[in-house]
Amino acid sequence: MKLIAKKRLIVIAIIIGVLVMLFTYAQFKQVQTQREKLGTSDWRTILQQQIVDTTNRLSSSRITDEWKKQLQISLQQQQYYLDHDINPSEPGAPTFMRIFLENSIDLFIPLMVMVIASDLVSSEHSLGSIKLLLTRPVKRWKVLLSKYFTLCLAISLIIAIAGVLSYLISGLVFGYKGWGAPILTGFNVTETGLNTSEVKLMGQWKFLLMDFGLVWFVSIVVGTLSFMLSVLIRSTAAGMGVMLASLISGAILTNMVSSWESAKYLFMVNLRLTDYMKGTAPPIEGMNLSFSILVLFVWWAGAIFVSFFVFTKRDVY
Amino acid sequence: MEKKITLSVKDLKKVIGKKEIIKGLTFDLCEGEVFGFLGPNGAGKTTTIRMLVGLIKPTSGSILICGSNIEGNFQKAMTNLGCIVENPELYPYLSGYNNLLHFARMIEGIGEERIKEVTELVGLTERIHDKVKTYSLGMRQRLGIAQALLGNPKVLILDEPTNGLDPAGIREMRQFIRYLAEEEGLSVLVSSHLLSEIQLLCDRVAIISKGTIIRTDTVQQLLSNRERVVWHIQPLDRGREVLRSLTNIEETDEGTILTEFNEKKIPLWNKQLVEAGVSVMEMNRKMPVLEDLFLELTGGDMIE
Repeated sequence: MKLIAKKRLIVIAIIIGVLVMLFTYAQFKQVQTQREKLGTSDWRTILQQQIVDTTNRLSSSRITDEWKKQLQISLQQQQYYLDHDINPSEPGAPTFMRIFLENSIDLFIPLMVMVIASDLVSSEHSLGSIKLLLTRPVKRWKVLLSKYFTLCLAISLIIAIAGVLSYLISGLVFGYKGWGAPILTGFNVTETGLNTSEVKLMGQWKFLLMDFGLVWFVSIVVGTLSFMLSVLIRSTAAGMGVMLASLISGAILTNMVSSWESAKYLFMVNLRLTDYMKGTAPPIEGMNLSFSILVLFVWWAGAIFVSFFVFTKRDVY
Repeated sequence: MEKKITLSVKDLKKVIGKKEIIKGLTFDLCEGEVFGFLGPNGAGKTTTIRMLVGLIKPTSGSILICGSNIEGNFQKAMTNLGCIVENPELYPYLSGYNNLLHFARMIEGIGEERIKEVTELVGLTERIHDKVKTYSLGMRQRLGIAQALLGNPKVLILDEPTNGLDPAGIREMRQFIRYLAEEEGLSVLVSSHLLSEIQLLCDRVAIISKGTIIRTDTVQQLLSNRERVVWHIQPLDRGREVLRSLTNIEETDEGTILTEFNEKKIPLWNKQLVEAGVSVMEMNRKMPVLEDLFLELTGGDMIE
């Protein structure tokens, strides 16, 4: 009730809506230029062209080893798609949705979640209404738990909004078909390169569902962390700042840390869970889906523990 | 006092860092009385109140609300307590009604009927569905009290209830608090640094300074032997001599004489003055103010 009255969710929905429109337009443009360049709309030709491009880039001597490795992996993937006659980017709203989700998992959606989560407890502090809440005949941990439920609900809502909006808006341009399009998953990145032995064919809807699950999990973890900060730091702005800094540092670190191995235990670099599904090389060697989920889970549990411990013990002024 | 004790505080202490903020408070509240908590800023009033309502954990000592210890049985203790700590900070973006509804949900067995009841009690029925941000300060204060009364508490704790109200609002608030204590039988604890307010409002007062209670007593008791009579007499010299022979006198700058107030002796003194040819133009009983008493007790020092 309170969350709705604050109108913050509506703002978030609008932000998502506008961005989705932006991305849709960008995607649309991209398709157009590709068509113009290659003079065809056949995806096989386009994919072939991409493979040639990648090979050309690989032969350049100025790229780093890590980059080279990534390119090689994506090259192998593209080849695999071509060999099995599967279009990796079947046009349509579901595909757009998938790409949108994959790209927003580490920054955009966590950002939106953060806006809500970091405000949830600290706003009660800055308003002073925390005093009224805590002087009710209700145990403190129950008060916090209800706050946490609200958070989970809000997160689910944000993701639902993101999904629905991206589907509806992009569908206007690309059409609403493509749920059944096949997607390959199960690429295994190993020392030697790409292992395709476990690759499975999957309906796009199923893949999307898994994507949504992962996005939801990431959002919950990020939300819980900002929630903890919201409990610890009584000012909303400060809490948001800290969380924002760590999220952005995560995006930067992902591109830099491949030689700093222990960085893989930081939560920020583990946010791109959907990439494992696609089979992109991880930012640090030795990371895989279950590892990342585990790391995130530990951070989640820690945050929950700290929030509840501090909240029930602290004196309120 | 034979009445039932609703709030009992024993040897309450709070240490923050190395500084002992509250140095052992002990007092009781009875049913149907208004208890004043009086002290200068920084004396520890707010800290004590925050401990009473469970926002701050006491370092040692016990707080019993209707027999339930606040630390051992928080839930039960809190059902008998309603409070406003400092300003009533309600959600400005919700209507008054929704605010009450929100807090009512946190208490077992409180429904819409009770919300209607308290709304009527504080006289907010007309504006209850407007957003709180459109309320005046006095209305917010009343909504705060409505909120505090939701759970049918036995003890009501109000921290500076008349802060920021205009004279009419203060008067109204005072009458309302008296009504709650007398008609509804609530124990009300009121803190204030305004002596006049406490004097008019409370039955008993605890004077607190630097974390200790200096004195606890009924207002009458505290003031009774400090009442004075102002004599405006002529000729002054003759009258002064007459009065001096009868009792202790003080002279004021305005050319009047102060003596103690004693119902039985005053007519006698008057008679003697008249007989001695002194005309008494004015005899005025002067109510002492807690201010004098307070400064006397605390030695005039404020915050350390």
